[in-house]
Amino acid sequence: MPHLSTAAVLVAESTGTVHDATGTASYAWLLVALPLAGAAILLLGGKTLNKIGPALATGLSWASFGVGVAIITEMLGRGAEERAQHLHLYSWMPAGGFNLDAGLQLDQLSLTFVMLITFVGSLIHVYSLGYMAHDPDKRRFFAYLNLFIAAMLLLVLADSYLLLFVGWEGVGLASYLLIGFWNWNPAYATAANKAFIVNRVGDAGMLLAIFTMFATFGRVDFAGVNAAVGNASQGALTAIGLLLLVGACGKSAQFPLQSWLGDAMAGPTPVSALIHAATMVTAGVYLIVRSSAIFDAAPDARLAVTIVGAITLLFGAIVGCAKDDMKKALAASTMSQIGYMVLAAGLGPVGYAFAIFHLLTHGFFKAGMFLGAGSVMHGMNDQVDMRRFGGLATFMKITWITFGLGWLAIIGFPGLSGFWSKDKIIESAFVGDGWRPWVFGLAALIGAGITAFYMSRLFFMTFHGKRRWTEDVHPHESPATMTVPMMILGFGSAFLGLALGPTGVITDWLEPVVGGGEEHHPVLAVPVITGLTLVLVAGGVALAWLRYLRDAVPVTPPVGSVATRAARRDLFQDDVNEALLARPGLHLTRALVYADNKGVDGAVGGTAAMIGGTSARIKRVQNGYVRSYALTMLLGVVAVLGVVWVVQ
Amino acid sequence: MTAALSSVPAADFVATKVEYAAVLPMFIVFGMALVGVLVEAFAPRRVRYPIQLVLTLGGLVAAFLVLVLYSRDHQAKTAGGAIVIDGPALFLQGTVLVLGAVGLLAMAERLDSAAPDTFTQSGSAVPGSPQEAAAVRMGATTTEVFPLVLFAISGMMMFPAAGDLLTMFVALEVLSLPLYILTGLARRRRLLSQEASLKYFLLGAFSSAFFLFGSALIYGFAGSVRFGEIAKAVPQVGGMDSIAVPGVLLIAVGLLFKIGAVPFHSWTPDVYQGAPTPVTGFMAACTKIAAFGALLRVLYVAFEGLRWNWQPVVAVVAALTMIVGAVLSVTQTDVKRLLAYSSITHAGFVLVGVLAMDRTGVSSTMFYLVAYGFSTIAAFALIALVRSSGSEATHLSQWAGLGKSSPVLAGAFSFLMLAFAGIPLTSGFTAKFAVFGAAIAHDGTWLAVIGVLASAVTAFVYVRVIVLMYFSEPSGDTAVLTPSVLTSTAVTIGVAATLLLGIVPSPLLDLAHDSSLFLP
Amino acid sequence: MNGLTSYSYAPLLFFAAIGAGFAVFSVAAGALAGPKRYNRAKLEAYECGIQPSPHAEGGGRVPIKYYLTAMLFIIFDIESVFLYPFAVAFEQMGLFALVEMVLFILTVFVAYAYVWRRGGLEWD
Repeated sequence: MPHLSTAAVLVAESTGTVHDATGTASYAWLLVALPLAGAAILLLGGKTLNKIGPALATGLSWASFGVGVAIITEMLGRGAEERAQHLHLYSWMPAGGFNLDAGLQLDQLSLTFVMLITFVGSLIHVYSLGYMAHDPDKRRFFAYLNLFIAAMLLLVLADSYLLLFVGWEGVGLASYLLIGFWNWNPAYATAANKAFIVNRVGDAGMLLAIFTMFATFGRVDFAGVNAAVGNASQGALTAIGLLLLVGACGKSAQFPLQSWLGDAMAGPTPVSALIHAATMVTAGVYLIVRSSAIFDAAPDARLAVTIVGAITLLFGAIVGCAKDDMKKALAASTMSQIGYMVLAAGLGPVGYAFAIFHLLTHGFFKAGMFLGAGSVMHGMNDQVDMRRFGGLATFMKITWITFGLGWLAIIGFPGLSGFWSKDKIIESAFVGDGWRPWVFGLAALIGAGITAFYMSRLFFMTFHGKRRWTEDVHPHESPATMTVPMMILGFGSAFLGLALGPTGVITDWLEPVVGGGEEHHPVLAVPVITGLTLVLVAGGVALAWLRYLRDAVPVTPPVGSVATRAARRDLFQDDVNEALLARPGLHLTRALVYADNKGVDGAVGGTAAMIGGTSARIKRVQNGYVRSYALTMLLGVVAVLGVVWVVQ
Repeated sequence: MTAALSSVPAADFVATKVEYAAVLPMFIVFGMALVGVLVEAFAPRRVRYPIQLVLTLGGLVAAFLVLVLYSRDHQAKTAGGAIVIDGPALFLQGTVLVLGAVGLLAMAERLDSAAPDTFTQSGSAVPGSPQEAAAVRMGATTTEVFPLVLFAISGMMMFPAAGDLLTMFVALEVLSLPLYILTGLARRRRLLSQEASLKYFLLGAFSSAFFLFGSALIYGFAGSVRFGEIAKAVPQVGGMDSIAVPGVLLIAVGLLFKIGAVPFHSWTPDVYQGAPTPVTGFMAACTKIAAFGALLRVLYVAFEGLRWNWQPVVAVVAALTMIVGAVLSVTQTDVKRLLAYSSITHAGFVLVGVLAMDRTGVSSTMFYLVAYGFSTIAAFALIALVRSSGSEATHLSQWAGLGKSSPVLAGAFSFLMLAFAGIPLTSGFTAKFAVFGAAIAHDGTWLAVIGVLASAVTAFVYVRVIVLMYFSEPSGDTAVLTPSVLTSTAVTIGVAATLLLGIVPSPLLDLAHDSSLFLP
Repeated sequence: MNGLTSYSYAPLLFFAAIGAGFAVFSVAAGALAGPKRYNRAKLEAYECGIQPSPHAEGGGRVPIKYYLTAMLFIIFDIESVFLYPFAVAFEQMGLFALVEMVLFILTVFVAYAYVWRRGGLEWD
């Protein structure tokens, strides 16, 4: 191993499991480079690529998938402990005594994500060929999609927190560009802005976490941090864990940074499917699982993770019950399902593998349902109000069936994907001592019941019951480029769980990275938990059937109870944000600006006066301002000297 | 005083030895400036522009080559200790030369006229008016700009290389006076420009007074203005903190003014807005570099021993600078003012690096200055191209929809905005990481936290500009001019450097680290 | 200087007081002791012949010839100030100082050439 990087040496010393990449794995940089090249070509290529661009982008995305398959195949050929590899790229940032290399971490966890991202991503590229066929700007759209794939792959393949942060910002940027893609609508641009601002809070947390790591460990690569966790103080680890959680909350729309996800549905539906359901929003879960060494050593931070997950899974489920906008209901559901994953990740080694497992199955069934929603919108003149749907099953057979599979999967119908992954999380939530298993277990259990209710409500209101269409719609099935990806994802919704879950494939595969594997005993017997879950799910479906299939659905939403109204308003999340964050910030800004205008700067008024061109005013403004500028300086000097004088 | 004078009897006079190899780059620039003045005096008007452009650029390139190939191996304390050519001095001089050349390209942009487009031939005449034409017939030109820039650059080169307080003051004035004039030379919005020039001059003079007063106190304290002597005096002369500490702080005030740190920042928005746009870029990049270089030398070489006295004050100034700059940038509606507040915030970030007080402090500060310099010159060069009804369109509302009408400009500007915001894979991120990392390693965690939060706030501001360009309908008659090869080169260099320093920063970081040792 | 053990701002304050006192004294003495024979020119703020007020609209146009000449005078005046000490100490300093001085004068001469060629010396 002539070019062994420092990180690899360290890991090799500590665990003896990570080797420098050889064979196919040494081409792992292609995973990121291919879609990145696609984005660059499409953006810089100009109008000449309008025709061929989308196909090229789709091809490059599949090519990236191909590389991933090749690497994972080769990896499977090695023993479980020999699988993880590390690819050193180049010396990125030497800053004094601190030296950071850019490299790719090719282990079971990252490659699981690579498979999910490239496969679902490529399917959604194909779907977009049909969905965006008539959009004049589709070259730009595909460029952004490719950019997103590249950034997301960099996020999961990075070998250090800093490189991960590069991908982290990259997916944020791509998501932002795609939410605002249809930017002729001001509301959409506002939504893009909101997503960006909320994410900045998370990103600031993330950056602070990285800096705290740097201060604590002196390094920020995974191998170095994991090796040094044992020597750090409890306080520092808790701080890092909580800051990472803030970052994860921002990206994964977890309480209390969840408000942007609903508005992000303004983007084109394939985007919602790819970014805001299957991949980017799960980056927070990845981050927590990847940082398992830190969270395992900081139980308080991990408890916070669990609590956030539990709150969000209920929050999202409740909001989902009241939304009439199909995509927003799905968004609330995404929030809630990621809540499950975060909850599982917060449970520690007992839950890590199941968090990732649920993330995988969710990636399939939620992406499938979003594509279904896109297909419905395609057939219904881009309407999203479910009160205007109804009885679509006969007109859109394929959409109905694939969406139905997703619906059954998410509610945890026995045998389908969600059943295997979500029930495992509910079981894990019941593991432990004291009050925790009861609180978290019951939250997960109740969440399953509510999920069954709101997803059934969505399904019935859309595909069954009376037709409540507006007059000018003629629902029809979508073209094959759209339905084929939906079918593939529907197939995955049905069988992926069965293939990976009960066979133990996923837990064995991830075990070298995330641990687990030992037996745990929930406080309730497993059959009892499964039984309770099924009873609650059946109850939820039955309730939905009573209210939305047997009874007629009014076209205009009824006023509803206080609770319903609260849920419609996202449980007042925006009001709370506004009162707690925006308003004080606004007042502070205003006050400062006022002081600036009157006492210090005179910026705005002064400029206006000058441009206005009345010389008398200019003169007065000019004299006044230089004097007041000088006064500010003088006051500054007096303050500086005064402080020193007082201190001495 | 009398004792000090009579202790150097005239009979003992020894000719000062000058290490010409070390100071040759400065001589070249200053010499070229003088030649430029002669060209203004004797060359026919028609050929002045090409001669000046070639002379100036040639001088800068020659000086840079000499610096890299020759002076680098002749580091010395020379001219009786008045000039110190050491690692940081060479690094910063080289940076000023490169950025000065890039800035000059943007300033020399003629568009379709015969003279540099951005400067006025006659301060009282409307662009394109008969009065202006008459003034040109009478002999008004704008090619004086070139020697003025060279004079400013020679001052900027001397500033971080000054070995004593007097030389530093002379350098301060040499770099400032041409900038005062350049600020007032805008061809469009002339009243704004002339007003800015006067403001800059008055406040600059005011701040120079603080610097001088501080120098006087320090001379009283140490009996010398040489940094080395002052550093020696600090531990020896006990019980005189009462003049040494105010002295160092007053000197710092003079330098913090040039940097644009709060509360000595109030000139920045007005001057940045009023000055001809490429000049603003040049000032934002090169003045900052020179002033930070001087600040580093004063604080690290002369007053390291008093750091417990001044460090908290400078730390508070850094924090204030980041906060005030970030918060006030939120409400700006003018692109140039926005970038002015942005430059204030960036000054705060660099100050965080300065406070690290070791080699990483020096190297991260210098790296940040290079990264910021390239981005900001390119950004201002782009702003100069956006016009509306014959004037520069600097109001944000006039930038709406530029993403559609001129994708290249909007793309480049967006990229630079992302760099200012510190998004990864741009130089802005690397630079911020370097300074905050240096701060955290030296008990400056709270400053780094403020810095991260401030950059989160400013990111919103920059992205608002991007949103405006891409997500809004075009309004009004905003048009983007097609630049000549000069501006295109400047912008390309700036954008390329911003990208390269984000992806492969290590060569420059290494260079900065190797150049981070001051000669005592 | 090292003999000062407890330093204070007292000398600075003292100096400031003397300075202020001198300014007040000069103005007061002029007002009290000077002859009071007013004429038009005496009432003007500046005795250069330019009326500072009333202003024309927009600031008006002010002839700058006077300022230009005055400025040029100051610049070249200061040049000659440097020549005096040089001349006095020339014997001790020898060739080095001569070269330095020639460089200095050349530099100023460049400025002179510029002023001359660009018409700064012409009154009209």
